[in-house]
Amino acid sequence: MMMHVTLKLFATLSRFTPDSADSYPIAPGTTVKHLLEKLDVPEDDVRLIFINGIKGCLTSTLTDGDRLGIFPPVGGG
Amino acid sequence: MKTQIIEKLKAISRQKKYPDGTDYNSISLEGIPSLAKSFKVDNRKIEIIALEKGIVPERYARNMKTFSPEDQANLLKSQVSIVGLGGLGGTVSEILARTGIGTLNLIDGDRFEASNLNRQFLCNYETMGKYKTESAVKRIQEINASITVRRYDEYLDDKNSDTVICPSDVIVDCLDNIKTRFTLENASKKAGSPLVSAAVAGLSGHVTTIFPEDPGLKLIYGRPDDLKSKGAETSLGCLSSAVSVLAAFETAEVIKIILNRGSLLRNKLLIIDLLDNITEVLNLQ
Repeated sequence: MMMHVTLKLFATLSRFTPDSADSYPIAPGTTVKHLLEKLDVPEDDVRLIFINGIKGCLTSTLTDGDRLGIFPPVGGG
Repeated sequence: MKTQIIEKLKAISRQKKYPDGTDYNSISLEGIPSLAKSFKVDNRKIEIIALEKGIVPERYARNMKTFSPEDQANLLKSQVSIVGLGGLGGTVSEILARTGIGTLNLIDGDRFEASNLNRQFLCNYETMGKYKTESAVKRIQEINASITVRRYDEYLDDKNSDTVICPSDVIVDCLDNIKTRFTLENASKKAGSPLVSAAVAGLSGHVTTIFPEDPGLKLIYGRPDDLKSKGAETSLGCLSSAVSVLAAFETAEVIKIILNRGSLLRNKLLIIDLLDNITEVLNLQ
């Protein structure tokens, strides 16, 4: 059964945003790392991972309806 | 002398009405330095005595009811250190001066250059090439003569952090690179002071509050040793709208910390993305 997540890639990572970011299909058991690999997001550029407003990590497994947000390191002012 | 000041304050204060029709006793903008001069004390002392007696310096009239006169007096008795006087710091210093924070310590070794003009409110033709701290001091004094301003024309680093960062009610991280943010966090923890930290890239950014006992920046950036000094801002720049929004959030945190009010962003990260109208508070733990 296919599941769907909502994706938001911030700042420099926004260029990797897929067309279907509002309802992105994933297979059961997909981790954040799998998803980022599929989108060609360089792992080194990933600093903050949020799932449903709570900090996650590359090995977090995604479930249907999750909201995933990814931030690169940001330090300007 | 305090009794004489109070008598004089009562004599020259005037009853005025707030926009909602309620009465208050007001002391005019000119009344404060005039009393300060005759009693040979500084403006801030007169303002604090007035507020403690419920007399409102007119410059703070629109702070009232959100703040009580006692709150305003507490803000005037407070000391805030602002590290970095660029986009974030220029706006933070302006807002805190207008709010009436009594002492502002300004730390930055940089001078203005043309690429600062897009977002740094203290940067203009006249201030080009000058120390950012110098322009900030001038601006603050133009806004509010009751404020004591100290400037340190030095970049913060591991060598000077002990002398430049002094215990403050709040320290505000307005820096432009990730590495120095960790230096500032260490210094703030040593000083026993809470730190409010914001960072920007393009139209995105985030802000958080770190008390000395909190895990702090490593929850956002990971281990400092693994990091490059700069982040996404190297390719996206820093846009004035995002810088200003995040600076405003920083000042709100400063005021809430001093007045012990509202919800703080401790172990939380407020993120913004003005491109897609996103603001969200995330749990870091």
